[in-house]
Amino acid sequence: MEKLFPKMQIINENGEWNDETYRGEITEELTKELYTKMLRSRLFDRKGVNLQRQGRIGTYVPFEGQEASQIGSAMAMGEGDWMFPTYRDHAATMTFGHSLKTLFLYWKGRQEGCTPPEGKNIFPPAVPIASQLLHATGAAWAEKLKGTDRASIVYFGDGATSEGDFHEGLNFASVFNAPVVFFNQNNGFAISVPIEKQMKSKTIAQKAVAYEMEGVRLDGNDVFAVYFHTRTAVERARKGEGPTLIEAVTWRYGAHTTADDPSKYRNQEESVNRRETTDPILRLERFMKNENMWDEKWAADLQESLTLEIEAAVKEMEEIQSPHYNDMFDHVFAENPWPIESQKEAYAHSRGDR
Amino acid sequence: MTTLVDTKKLTMVQAVTDGMRVMMKEHENVIVLGEDVGQNGGVFRATDGLVAEFGENRVIDTPLAESGIIGTSIGLAMNGFKPIAEMQFLGFIYPAFNQIMTHASRIRARTLGHFTVPMVIRAPFGAGVRAPEIHSDSVEALFTGMPGMKVVVPSNPYDAKGMLVSAIEDPDPVLFLEPMRCYRSTKMDVPEGKYNVPLGKAARLQEGNDVTIFAYGAMIEVVMKAAKSAEEKGIKCDVIDLRTLYPLDKEMIAESVQKTGRAVIVHEAPGTGGLGETIMSLINDTSFLYMKAPIERVTGFDTPVPMFALEDHYLPSADRVVQAIEKVTQF
Ligand SMILES: Cc1ncc(C[n+]2csc(CCOP(=O)(O)OP(=O)(O)O)c2C)c(N)n1
Repeated sequence: MEKLFPKMQIINENGEWNDETYRGEITEELTKELYTKMLRSRLFDRKGVNLQRQGRIGTYVPFEGQEASQIGSAMAMGEGDWMFPTYRDHAATMTFGHSLKTLFLYWKGRQEGCTPPEGKNIFPPAVPIASQLLHATGAAWAEKLKGTDRASIVYFGDGATSEGDFHEGLNFASVFNAPVVFFNQNNGFAISVPIEKQMKSKTIAQKAVAYEMEGVRLDGNDVFAVYFHTRTAVERARKGEGPTLIEAVTWRYGAHTTADDPSKYRNQEESVNRRETTDPILRLERFMKNENMWDEKWAADLQESLTLEIEAAVKEMEEIQSPHYNDMFDHVFAENPWPIESQKEAYAHSRGDR
Repeated sequence: MTTLVDTKKLTMVQAVTDGMRVMMKEHENVIVLGEDVGQNGGVFRATDGLVAEFGENRVIDTPLAESGIIGTSIGLAMNGFKPIAEMQFLGFIYPAFNQIMTHASRIRARTLGHFTVPMVIRAPFGAGVRAPEIHSDSVEALFTGMPGMKVVVPSNPYDAKGMLVSAIEDPDPVLFLEPMRCYRSTKMDVPEGKYNVPLGKAARLQEGNDVTIFAYGAMIEVVMKAAKSAEEKGIKCDVIDLRTLYPLDKEMIAESVQKTGRAVIVHEAPGTGGLGETIMSLINDTSFLYMKAPIERVTGFDTPVPMFALEDHYLPSADRVVQAIEKVTQF
């Protein structure tokens, strides 16, 4: 099966060409845009971990190492499309329109962190594993029924493929030919469970076979491979040619969440090693140097401006006033039924607010 | 006080581990399974060290699938094993709800006792630890309202171990709920070996003649604080830790309210459909003529548990409990 689903790559770890199909499209402009987005998300992620350590936000879910998978795929989506992220896909959602402030607010325990910017179809992060695959299928199916050419993309990890919802999502999408891209980030672990214990199949892409849909396996740390292959899947979906299951093979350097200690169950030396070898940002930097696109001053200025942008977002997040407790009562239904209304009144009364 | 047995100072989560260890030592057929329960020792470390002691055939990291974990545990339990299945959080039990509702809880009834499901489902639950969305749900009433399930909630390390032992020995499926907020909040002397705290029995934590307070799990700390404030105002509370939510300890509930004539029920789960309603109907059935005031409830709201910026508003506070105590005494 592994032979049927080779790991697609456009540039290798040294930033050299492996597949020149898209050479004409890989301009300096596109490359710099991808690099900028990846660096931005990495600096954001490191800030998230720091803020958690300083007690300025709650538990945080890091993604460092997975930037190429998230950004390459999100870049392949267009206006009006739908995005269904997990708790880990901040790089994808910031690429698709979330503000950094919104992302920080989510981890500060604020409901505002679940709301997308006006006109953007970004669902709140799915916390129950694999539940979102069906929503993506449903939303895509709706677009098909409405006769548009819009598509959905849904993110999930390797562990998610064990849940019933994964299989139900793929099956529905296949049966109803829904324009959805199932984007798996295979980082080898679901908390402590390595993929060999999660499934006996050697690849995730091969699971597409059972549902008679396209399955693609790619190097998830090669942002070009992710971008162009996802774009192909989205184009196919728009043309009514059905769903695709993409497996992006990647690696997350750090802990599952800031509440977790990876050294208990995995050798962290692998992460140290991978920072020098498979890192998605370093790879792009090497490529840019090979192609004479790299400029030290440009890189230094970029680092500085992104740092300022992130600091400004932190400030905005910290300056937002505390939520009112009525936020908890006032959005459960369109109109409050009496039990909630009377609980709301009693609570205000108990605080001496009324 | 002299103790006849050796004890260790343990937190609740350590006491839970100890309960499993003692039973796994004694019974070959007791197995532990769930997500990350092996090498990682569970997300809260409740199974820490068990895989080293008992091996990977008895402490099993499963694929990430709650319906799969519970469904296969049902088959294992019907065929000679005693599975202890861990849910990482009660809020992630929903994919398994179908298996629990349609099979675990009714196979005995469907087969007139021919097949049974002697298994334990362990799940941390409750708010107050600043966890992300959905991790803090208190949906015990979904299970107390499920015919065929026993539901228990310890509030301290001693009870946790003794009740877990009883749950493992129980011939029927038991949902064993562990209040996250109590996991590491206190240490307590816990006997080294095996002992039982019986299911179906509440505990009186404090004697008083004026008002009875009913609570369980993480709310015990809150109501003890409230009872102390009430005492400063001259109101003496009988504080009952329910410990088992199905079946409730009908005798102790009746005995206490017949003495005090007043009751305040506290839980963090939503009020509507919550256990408070069941307790009120029990009091109505057993003790209506003894009551001197309408019963008060202090509960969570009919809203999803909010993200943590608002969770302190959602959770019953000692202040709200004191207000309820005053209301029933001033009626
Ligand atoms: C239904 C459900 N069960 C358990 C959990 C707890 N949990 C959170 S993340 C996780 C592992 C997920 O692994 P994977 O799908 O590979 O995604 P990753 O976090 O590695 O990106 C688990 C078990 C959950 N969130 N939802």
